Amino acid sequence: MPSISMTVNGQAVTGEVEGRTLLVEFLRDTLGLTGTHVGCDTSQCGACVIHLDGVSVKSCAVLALNADGAEVLTIEGVADGDDLHPMQEAFREHHGLQCGFCTPGMVLTALALVADNPDPTDAEVRHGLEGNLCRCTGYQNIVHAILDGAKRMRG
Amino acid sequence: MHDFNFIQPKSAAAAADALAGAEDGQYMAGGQTLIPVLKQRLAMPTDVVDLSAIPGLAGIEVSGGAVRVGAMTTHAAVAASGAVRDAVPALAHLAGLIGDPHVRNRGTLGGSIANNDPAADYPAAVLGLGATVVTESREIAADDFFTDLFETALDDGELVTRVDFPVPDAAAYVKFPNPASRYAIVGVFVSRAGGAVRVAVTGAGPCVFRQAEMEAALSAEFSAEAIAGVAIAADDLNNDLHASAEYRAHLVGVMARRAVAEIA
Repeated sequence: MPSISMTVNGQAVTGEVEGRTLLVEFLRDTLGLTGTHVGCDTSQCGACVIHLDGVSVKSCAVLALNADGAEVLTIEGVADGDDLHPMQEAFREHHGLQCGFCTPGMVLTALALVADNPDPTDAEVRHGLEGNLCRCTGYQNIVHAILDGAKRMRG
Repeated sequence: MHDFNFIQPKSAAAAADALAGAEDGQYMAGGQTLIPVLKQRLAMPTDVVDLSAIPGLAGIEVSGGAVRVGAMTTHAAVAASGAVRDAVPALAHLAGLIGDPHVRNRGTLGGSIANNDPAADYPAAVLGLGATVVTESREIAADDFFTDLFETALDDGELVTRVDFPVPDAAAYVKFPNPASRYAIVGVFVSRAGGAVRVAVTGAGPCVFRQAEMEAALSAEFSAEAIAGVAIAADDLNNDLHASAEYRAHLVGVMARRAVAEIA
């Protein structure tokens, strides 16, 4: 089996994969980073969103071999120790989650959105969430959380 | 998904060789359609030939009255390109409407048009602008490229290297997206260059097509009113759980008039 190496949340990792191994499988099953969720397995729900070389991707629609040598950020790498990231704080404060299943993908999507557009409008946030499904909240509080998280990140 | 050999050639020639040498080989560009298809076992290739390590296939250049977009250029790169926004804003707008941000970060122009999904957005721009599809061996006019449902004029193993979009006087793309997938239930791309008008419709039929009656009416008078009387037959249009053929026929008229109104 081919061997791959990449940097995940700042740490160098290596592992063996098959051709068909998805990046999300490598993260969850090989590295034990189960914060990245598999919701639909049809590449529609966005629960598996991570950052690959600085941009958001669905890790269930990327082969692990395509991430060889890459820089990966998962939800486990977002907080600073016990201190939540300002975007995570905003999700907590605005009740931007209920069951929490979609939340890792939502937070990583929000961070990618704000990196591109530090002061987004309500409409831009909603357009940016088109690849992330939440079946609990109706999105309203997620949008509030992202707008506030962006504000906190602007300082 | 079934396992396969993963091959990552460093040149287009090596990619063609790898595909030719495979029992049942499949090119992969951004993988945003192919990987879900593999997971559903709708395709079970023995070899996946990944195109991402071939140099020179990604990039955008505006020169000689054309926007030249490399086949491996992502939708996100086209949507964010200042050069594309200046030259053909409708093209950047269309790229920004494909799928969702994560799909746009991986999905590519070449992958989209080689797959020729009947509800894909890019075929409407390629046909609606009268673009030229460039491969390793030849140039294919948009009018000859999209041949049928998921079928193109590409030969086995032929690789799209870039698409040259001529810069029009004005163009617009309006789509009625599926609310879940953002694929086009109907999308209409209208362009005007000199006296020539092109109207390309995606999502409605088995394959992107030009609407000749609308083109003739708009060539005589470029206004939404000029095409208000054009009747769209539902006969050959798609009829599925997302929309009936009659509804799609209606949407073709609505989307076309909105696109024309944007630039008239």
